[in-house]
Amino acid sequence: MFDFEGYGPSIFGGAIITLELAVFSLVLAVFLGLVGAWGKMSGNRFAKFVATFYTTLIRGVPDLVWMLLLFFGGQIALNTVIDYFNYDLGYNLPYPQFNQFAAGVVTIGFIFGAYMSETFRGAFMAVENGQIEAGKAYGMSGWKVFSRIMFPQMMRHAIPGIANNWQVLLKTTALVSIIGLADMVRLASEAAKSTGSPFKFFIPVAIVYLAIAALSDIIFKLLNNKYSAGVVKGGS
Amino acid sequence: MDALIALLEQNDIFTPATLLQYWGGLVTTVQLVFLSLVIGGVIAIPLAIMRASDNPWLSRPVWVYTYVFRGTPLLVQLYMIYYGVTLIDGIQDTFWWEIFRGAFYPALIAFVLNTAAYTTEIFRGAIEATPRGEIEAAKAYGMSWARRMRRIVLPSAFRRAIPAYSNEVIFMLHASAIASVVTIIDLLGAARNIYAQYYAPFPAFIFVACIYLILTFGILGIFKQLEKRLLGHLRPR
Repeated sequence: MFDFEGYGPSIFGGAIITLELAVFSLVLAVFLGLVGAWGKMSGNRFAKFVATFYTTLIRGVPDLVWMLLLFFGGQIALNTVIDYFNYDLGYNLPYPQFNQFAAGVVTIGFIFGAYMSETFRGAFMAVENGQIEAGKAYGMSGWKVFSRIMFPQMMRHAIPGIANNWQVLLKTTALVSIIGLADMVRLASEAAKSTGSPFKFFIPVAIVYLAIAALSDIIFKLLNNKYSAGVVKGGS
Repeated sequence: MDALIALLEQNDIFTPATLLQYWGGLVTTVQLVFLSLVIGGVIAIPLAIMRASDNPWLSRPVWVYTYVFRGTPLLVQLYMIYYGVTLIDGIQDTFWWEIFRGAFYPALIAFVLNTAAYTTEIFRGAIEATPRGEIEAAKAYGMSWARRMRRIVLPSAFRRAIPAYSNEVIFMLHASAIASVVTIIDLLGAARNIYAQYYAPFPAFIFVACIYLILTFGILGIFKQLEKRLLGHLRPR
């Protein structure tokens, strides 16, 4: 069973790429989620409209469509922008290659940013208003209220949602194999095609996904304990 | 109508021919999603009952099934089934080969197994949330286990499952886009062909994104109506 006909190391490398992709996407998604949640809750009507538009649009269209649009369209859009700078404005900018990893991170980050903003919005609303008022009464600036009062208390409510999104995100990373990034799934399918034994490669890949999921469950449980310090649960 | 035809004639990409391709893709997507949901839903009912049972010999195997299928990417499951069926010894000589040679049935099997796993967990949650009193009342009436299931537990469990199930339906619609990877010309497959034909990613993919968006909102609208009718008694007054 554990004879990978020489494909073992490359598939292991693919697993690392999968993990890197997932982690970078998560960071982008959390950032966009915070911005989106802020937009949705802000009194500014324009910010509210943009945030609502973003979350609705992202969640109504399949991930793969976004990914192909960004990957195939991204290069063209980038070239057009740089053409404009170079020919019309007289700059001499280089043409960067739009690679699969960046396209993957940006797409997955954008998609899960939309889900995260819902998670964060719910979590922010769960923080008592009195806490924020107390912070303001101490003369804290908006940023200080956010970083010292809102964020630490909000995270307790957000972590179950983040954990959920992370598990889905992890599985979504498999889609980058379609646009050609050499992740675990891509390498396994190449190996399966050339050796003619799909199960030998896909079952270990599936096990790696399950293992990452189980491991992240443990990490999120620890994080949950950290942010729930001092909370007394009903029933205990 | 004349204006529409004139518009189509001016347009390089959205000619009647490409619109027909999109239409064919739409039909395939709807077929694939609808069949997966119906078959997966039917399989999920007995599995959910087993999963909710106290007997570990019944619930554990179902738990393993749902854990594996919910924990791994659908793409991996699709590849396994798509490449795997060709390996069954001698399948090329039987009539099954006619069915499995195309990509439609392998994709359908992968989608059915996947959605059945998610639906099982949704139904299980709904079954376990049955109020105790209802079950006790059914027992007091002398109902057998099967009658209790059929008349008391399942009808109310299905109602309770509707909000979560609507998410699963939309998830399935979006997940079905990966069928285009194994040569099926579904909506996204049509868009990819048109992209390749004209090298025009923005029109090809934005158009298909709009179709998916309309489908998504259509499904949400249907479920909202359904919830209003079937869960009306739970609404705050």
